[in-house]
Amino acid sequence: MIRVTRSAVIDAPIARVWEVLRDFNSHWAWHPAVGESKIENGEAPDQVGCVRNFFLKDGNHIREQLLALSDRDYVSTYCILDATLPMKHYVATVQLKHVTDGDRTFWHWQSTFDVPRGREQEFEALVGKGVYEGGFEGLRTFLRRGAVAAPAPVRSPASQLAQVVVATAFGGPDVLRYESVAVMAPGPNEVRIRQTAVGVNYIDVYVRKGLYRMIQPPAAIGMEAAGVVLDVGDGVAHLLAGDRVAYACPPPGAYATARTMPADQVVVLPDDVSDETAAAVMLKGMTAECLLHRTHRVRPGQALLVHAAAGGVGLLLCQWAKALGAKVIGTVSSEDKARLARENGCEFPLVTRDYRFAREVKNLTQGRGADVIYDGLGREAAAENLEALAFTGHWVSYGQASGPLDALPDLGAKSGTLSRPVLFHYTAERALLQEIAWNVFKALRSQTIRVELRHRYPLAAAAEAHRELEARRTTGSVVLLA
Amino acid sequence: MIKVYTSSVIDAPADAVWAQVRDFNALPKWTPFVAESRIEGNLAADKIGCVRNFRLKDGGVIREQLLTLSDYDYQCSYSILESPMGVTNYVATLKLTPVTDGNRTFAEWWAEFDCEPAKESELARNIGQGVFQAGFDSLKVLLRR
Repeated sequence: MIRVTRSAVIDAPIARVWEVLRDFNSHWAWHPAVGESKIENGEAPDQVGCVRNFFLKDGNHIREQLLALSDRDYVSTYCILDATLPMKHYVATVQLKHVTDGDRTFWHWQSTFDVPRGREQEFEALVGKGVYEGGFEGLRTFLRRGAVAAPAPVRSPASQLAQVVVATAFGGPDVLRYESVAVMAPGPNEVRIRQTAVGVNYIDVYVRKGLYRMIQPPAAIGMEAAGVVLDVGDGVAHLLAGDRVAYACPPPGAYATARTMPADQVVVLPDDVSDETAAAVMLKGMTAECLLHRTHRVRPGQALLVHAAAGGVGLLLCQWAKALGAKVIGTVSSEDKARLARENGCEFPLVTRDYRFAREVKNLTQGRGADVIYDGLGREAAAENLEALAFTGHWVSYGQASGPLDALPDLGAKSGTLSRPVLFHYTAERALLQEIAWNVFKALRSQTIRVELRHRYPLAAAAEAHRELEARRTTGSVVLLA
Repeated sequence: MIKVYTSSVIDAPADAVWAQVRDFNALPKWTPFVAESRIEGNLAADKIGCVRNFRLKDGGVIREQLLTLSDYDYQCSYSILESPMGVTNYVATLKLTPVTDGNRTFAEWWAEFDCEPAKESELARNIGQGVFQAGFDSLKVLLRR
């Protein structure tokens, strides 16, 4: 039996280190030796008993099971189930302790296991240096990422001016005004962010029109942005000044050069995701992640109908669903958009400007209809959607571009299931938000999804961006640069 | 019951730190606040159950009993038998763990005790900072490489 012990001091608060390490599937993001990794059977990465199935970058394949997790003691214990390495009876424990002197973290990593006689030293080095010491350095880098320009712990001024796009009333794009507003220093559990790129989403149109009563004009709008942390309030452990971050969440107010907001929905960006990409993909990418993996768990061979297949969420759904092995049928409003959808994994783009598609969907599925419908259209497409739905199919209504569904559709006609997912309910818990966001970053890295940013506007031109979006003249993502 | 926990990193190998702190009679050598110390009853200073009787530089006298000592775990614990601090059921533990990265030492020192509610925060501060952190700070200076 070999025992390997390594320990290190990480110069970050224990809550920040633990937030990463308690996630049994986070290692691909910070460990330099770990490649592709996933939790089997879609279990949560903090579910005791869950199995992470991963490859090392040297090609070895390992399955490890989480045996114990304690948020109280900051302990995670796991074992190897199978590995392409000759290691037996491997049980490892990660333990963190608070270094009160300097608010740092002591990290103790220990394991016992058996290897073939004569190879003890080789494996002591492999595990101790390659895995544990490499992991310490990897996590340090991970926690520092983007923080190169971290300002010294000088407090930023109490309030500072920012340029903000404000809806002066409910109405058309003309109600948007570009104004100077004071941004207050962050209070407890808040963060102040200097924003560089802002995502434009259809929900912003609904908020501006007053369909979603999320603001009382005059008020700033916008749900998604990326930038750099200026400062954090008391009680914020997962962010540091200088961190590159992004978010997609209420309350509205993202159309701004800087803002102060609750910190718990803000995630740190990996180095390989630019601010522009993050602003383009946080809301739509996390929406696609949830729609394909949580609202409905898409399986290979299922027939999907994706409306607005060339739109921001639509393109991501097509790309990701294709990678999952689904048969993707889409609706688009022009031949150009059909071409774009096809290039992005939509095998059968149907061009329609009058919400007629059910017959073709049935033709393409040998009369069965779609197993899952991703519906961002709403009212005008409701009758055709019911017609296009397969028996026991799943109708996922996540948007209402043509108006809200008037009444509950006659699901009994198909033994159908209707879901009305709202992203912010899936991401309400920080741990889940982190998991969903990381899955999006991972999908970007593996090029499972790609963001093609064709529409960039200055923040001051937000009204113009809305006009184009509402006129269906945009494809993919629209970003405002602050 | 109040718990006070203080921890630090000392830039010296755990063996070197342990050599300083395992001697239950050595407080005057490595803490800044103890003037003199002796072990009662002529017992060895690493005999479980021995009592150290020491005088603080401010004049107070404290008697503490060694409860556990582990050279394997770099850990010892002790209770207060008598003191002017106004605490009861006081048990403290000092533990060292090697930090392999840099061959340093992670040092933890914690105590649990009862006292009058009005004195809780003052005692917690005095013990956590005035005793434990002050002890660590003086070890850092003593063992500076």
